[in-house]
Amino acid sequence: MTDKITLDVSRRTLLAAGVAGVSTLAIPTVLRAQDRSIKVGVYGGYFKDSFDNHIFPEFTNSTGIAVESIAEPTGEAWLVQLEQAARAGAAPADLSMMSQVAMLKGQSTDLWAPLDMSRIADADKLLPQFVNSYPDGKVAGVGAVAWYITLVSNTDVYPEAPESWAFMWDPSNKDKLGLLALVSNSFLLEVTAKTFFGGTEILDTDEGILQVMEKLAELKPNVQLWYRDEAQFEQALKSGEIPMGQYYHDVTGLAAADGFPVRSTFPKEGGILDSGCWALSRASDKSDEAHEFINFMTQPSMQALMSRKVGTAPTVRRDTLDLTDAEFASVSSDIAPVVPRYDLYTTKSDWLNQKWTELIVG
Amino acid sequence: MRRSPPQKPVDYLPIAFPAIMLGVFFVIPFAIMVAISVFERVQGGFYEPAFTFANYARFLTPFFGKVLAFSLGLAALVSAVCLLIGVPFTYMLTRLRRGKQVVWLIALLGVLSLSEVIIGFAWSTLLSRTAGLSNLFVWVGLMERPEAWTPGFAAVLTGLVYQAFPYTVLVLYPAFSRLDPSLMEAARTLGCSPARAFANVVLPAMRKTLLATFIIVFIFALGAYLLPQILGRPQHWTLSVLVTDQAIYQSNMPFAAAMAVFLVVASLALVGLSMAITGRKGAAGV
Repeated sequence: MTDKITLDVSRRTLLAAGVAGVSTLAIPTVLRAQDRSIKVGVYGGYFKDSFDNHIFPEFTNSTGIAVESIAEPTGEAWLVQLEQAARAGAAPADLSMMSQVAMLKGQSTDLWAPLDMSRIADADKLLPQFVNSYPDGKVAGVGAVAWYITLVSNTDVYPEAPESWAFMWDPSNKDKLGLLALVSNSFLLEVTAKTFFGGTEILDTDEGILQVMEKLAELKPNVQLWYRDEAQFEQALKSGEIPMGQYYHDVTGLAAADGFPVRSTFPKEGGILDSGCWALSRASDKSDEAHEFINFMTQPSMQALMSRKVGTAPTVRRDTLDLTDAEFASVSSDIAPVVPRYDLYTTKSDWLNQKWTELIVG
Repeated sequence: MRRSPPQKPVDYLPIAFPAIMLGVFFVIPFAIMVAISVFERVQGGFYEPAFTFANYARFLTPFFGKVLAFSLGLAALVSAVCLLIGVPFTYMLTRLRRGKQVVWLIALLGVLSLSEVIIGFAWSTLLSRTAGLSNLFVWVGLMERPEAWTPGFAAVLTGLVYQAFPYTVLVLYPAFSRLDPSLMEAARTLGCSPARAFANVVLPAMRKTLLATFIIVFIFALGAYLLPQILGRPQHWTLSVLVTDQAIYQSNMPFAAAMAVFLVVASLALVGLSMAITGRKGAAGV
């Protein structure tokens, strides 16, 4: 470029252009696309970015319904906001992806509008454990994605991948671990039970739970960070500040693909399998759009796309998917997973929370 | 200017706006919180209107007593450290030329524009093993290998003092800049050393301001819930952190409200106590 660009724009023109530019940016995507729209809540960060870039546009292209995605905070924080809003007749998001504990708590207050499974073409392909129902059989939520929480480590600090959850208890790992701070999202009781007590049956009784907590207490000197906020641990894991811990398999995979020295390992006792449902707030008036959305996302082709682009495990039967063995292995594992005891978090939530807080704070 | 008390309804107009604001944004929310604190928790669900003291009963255990004591102690320590640094700082600041004072004050106001999250993450990086200040000390030769200074009690204290320091200075500044310089001069003429004059003349003259500052910073620090999470270990979590846990993560609004009411009552009682003590001293001194 040899031409000298002359800048003789008047101040007024520049201001006008600026205002025009800002207002263009401020017009929500909804208005630019079309008049049918739906607000969908998904977990913020890497996760929402992947949905915004790869998944939601597919839906809008196919159905003409615009998606306004809302970044929702981890787990139950979003449940409280939805619940408060629904009491006031508002829905900050029509559909939300809800983890199981939050899903069940919402079910107990009838927060979720019942879904009509006859409007979901591939309903028969869903794995039964990923459909949540009310006691009267009405469907409260349909499996969106499944995800694993695994043992993650920094590859610079740990050249060898750990093999078992039990390695977290190793005295050499003093001040090296980052673990989730809440009993209802860390599922460490189940992990400890399966690793040291032969299964989660021990959690059936209060005495059993306390016995497991005692074993868990031995872990405390090794824990550098009990995190509520994922970003806090993710950053520390990447830099090696806190080189090991429990974290989401999908997001760790995305970080490793971006070149960070991190790895996610399925321990021999299994990764923790949790899942998110699409659930419709009872305060929403977008039931039609919501059913179309769930119908679209349940298609095996979309489930496969999510596995490839977001790194989540599918909620429909394996034989309906076109994922290769390698692709399937990258988002899942043949090792039997640690299945959370969701029943505990609704029937004993306050007692568990109290004992847990005393365990880690005391 | 008319100084007589308001006679007609119209005379109340100037204070109507602040009064309405205070009512809508403070009194009503606080009343709702008190009401919810006696509601009944539905386990695994939300809450239902009721009248029960169960939420308060749950709080009255040695465990929460310990957490409350820690929170109050931490807040008092933050106030004390802020005053210890803030008083000499503000005193010297008011001795500077006007232009320099403005630069300092703007810099302090700049800190106020930072969100708690940014402050927390910045300090956790500064105090970290991999990227923190200890690397600098290793490079200079003062330390052998970098260390992690966070999470820990010192890190929580540092973060809170950093955040509260601008408030300390801003509350102290007007009083110190109005302080009559002749007080100091008189003390010096009578043979006091500068340090002694400061301790025996300036500080006593400032007693009320110092107490007011202490209380403001104390209450400010008592409400901190993010920094103890980011910079502390679980044993450094304040009652505010546990309130957040109950409200946001356990959807146990009644218990969270009960704890919050307790926190307000405890801090008001402490403030009342300190005012009563100094009030009596002040009366005796006159």
